[in-house]
Amino acid sequence: MKRNTILTIIALAIFAAAILLADSTLGRFTVRILNLSGIYIILALSLNLLNGFTGLFSLGHAGFMAVGAYVSALLTMSPAQKEMNFFLAPIVTVLRDVQLPFPLALIAAGAVAGLVAVIIGVPALRLRDDYLAIATLGFAEIIRVLITNAQTLTNGAQGLKGITKYSTTTVVWICAILAVIFMLALVRSSYGRTMKAVRDDEIAAEAMGVNVFKVKSTSFFISSFMAGIGGALLGHLITTIDPKMFTLMLTFNILLIVVLGGNGSITGSVLGALIVTILMEALRFLDMPMNILFIKTEGLPGLRMVIFSILLMAVVLYRQRGLMGNKEFSWDGFFGLFSRKDKAAKGGRA
Amino acid sequence: MIRTESVYMRFGGLTAVADLNIDIRKNEIVGLIGPNGAGKTTAFNAITGVYKPTEGRILFKGTDVTGAKPHKITDLGIARTFQNIRLWKDMNVLENVLVACHLRMNVGVIASTLHTPKYLAKEKHARELAMELLDSVGLADQAGEAATSLPYGKQRRLEIVRALATEPSLLLLDEPAAGMNPQESLELMEFISSIRDRYDLTILLIEHHMQVVMGVCSRMYVLDYGVTIAHGTPDEIRNDPKVIEAYLGVD
Repeated sequence: MKRNTILTIIALAIFAAAILLADSTLGRFTVRILNLSGIYIILALSLNLLNGFTGLFSLGHAGFMAVGAYVSALLTMSPAQKEMNFFLAPIVTVLRDVQLPFPLALIAAGAVAGLVAVIIGVPALRLRDDYLAIATLGFAEIIRVLITNAQTLTNGAQGLKGITKYSTTTVVWICAILAVIFMLALVRSSYGRTMKAVRDDEIAAEAMGVNVFKVKSTSFFISSFMAGIGGALLGHLITTIDPKMFTLMLTFNILLIVVLGGNGSITGSVLGALIVTILMEALRFLDMPMNILFIKTEGLPGLRMVIFSILLMAVVLYRQRGLMGNKEFSWDGFFGLFSRKDKAAKGGRA
Repeated sequence: MIRTESVYMRFGGLTAVADLNIDIRKNEIVGLIGPNGAGKTTAFNAITGVYKPTEGRILFKGTDVTGAKPHKITDLGIARTFQNIRLWKDMNVLENVLVACHLRMNVGVIASTLHTPKYLAKEKHARELAMELLDSVGLADQAGEAATSLPYGKQRRLEIVRALATEPSLLLLDEPAAGMNPQESLELMEFISSIRDRYDLTILLIEHHMQVVMGVCSRMYVLDYGVTIAHGTPDEIRNDPKVIEAYLGVD
């Protein structure tokens, strides 16, 4: 027990040092991937809360991310920047002069995304499984279309450019760590247990006094709140956003991380986010012209995705429940990997 | 304790339960029997809010609970078990009981996520209660095991324990002895009367094993095709011609 606490502190210290040193030692491209994976951790965790812990199959994540990204971008831009962006039609006066500090704008982004989720959730959460997935997918698309057409509010299809780059390594990773801690605290609490009960058997949960609709709505709200924050951070990292960014493809990427890492595992989501983000970039060389011994290729754009899909298929074939299943990392489980005897003695429970 | 006033339950053209009038007093153990498809489980579902009765009223401790939501009914003090065991399969034995404890813990999502001192105290209390309940059925040693890895009989007992964790005053047991051998059924009978005394319960149970019902129930209702064909003490039921006809057929 004590050994584990010490190990945790050491690991966290190394991690914190790495994050603090990253900006000065790593190249800009590497730092960007690092930060992107931090944001994907938040997004994967938020989708895992719905999909893995509450058993709600939602495909509306990109919609909530869009809401968060737009809210935070509009709230932090200076009036002058807004004027430059909105050259087709002027922005509504209420929003023109508002400028909030970044932390407040970030919270507002989450809150508005959460609010939208509650409005959508009241009708949609009466549905289950694939029906819920289709309904949330539809709602996300509605959000996207609304953003595209609300010219005076969002600048429509032109999107927003010149968003301040607040998403530094420190900011992103503090948010990511807070998200991990929050999720751990939530799913291990009594309320988290009721979420898992709803996932495993809704009828039994209801019969044991769990207010199923309330639990589902709460989970939907929290998940969308986090998605809103993730979307806002993404906007402040890339510094430009437009409605085309937030299509089903984005939701699919996050879903892929969740499934790859393990539905219902926080460790899995973190690992999955890191693996997918890094691999997406690391495999980029496959698209370039290559020179393997005597064979010369002229570069096949898309080969990266082919290899990526094959890797994904291998994982899904050999580990149906993702890399981590629904288990979490623990030091005992970690050392158990190395000593088989230990593993046998403990029944292999990580 | 609980009274149903001419409850009808219809699904389209099918009347699953017709004119159900049961009246159970405090601390009684009452049986609900009948051949397959007689509407026993439907009656349970109507009482626990899974279905809303087409007609009639259900009164619990004098208040009208007709059509209330299942979780609301559990909150009022009616707990149940299921005919086809419905344990949460991805949770261990202890967690299964702890979820049921959540109802009386009265903590929201914020307090439980922040692990406030008040929440921690309640969680500790819930764990103690859960372990105590598990101990009373001899499952304390298996608290950390996956609920569905338990043998069938123990799963049934775990379901009863889980229902007890919601601190009910009325317990509805749907075929608690299904799949048990005579020895296990006998133990179950003793267990049912012991929990009645210990937790001051009123029990309504559905059962096929005549031995169990006759041994443990003070009164019983017999359903056939949704209609109550008889009610009375076990001796009265045994000699009732209508019951014999429903169960054995007539020459």
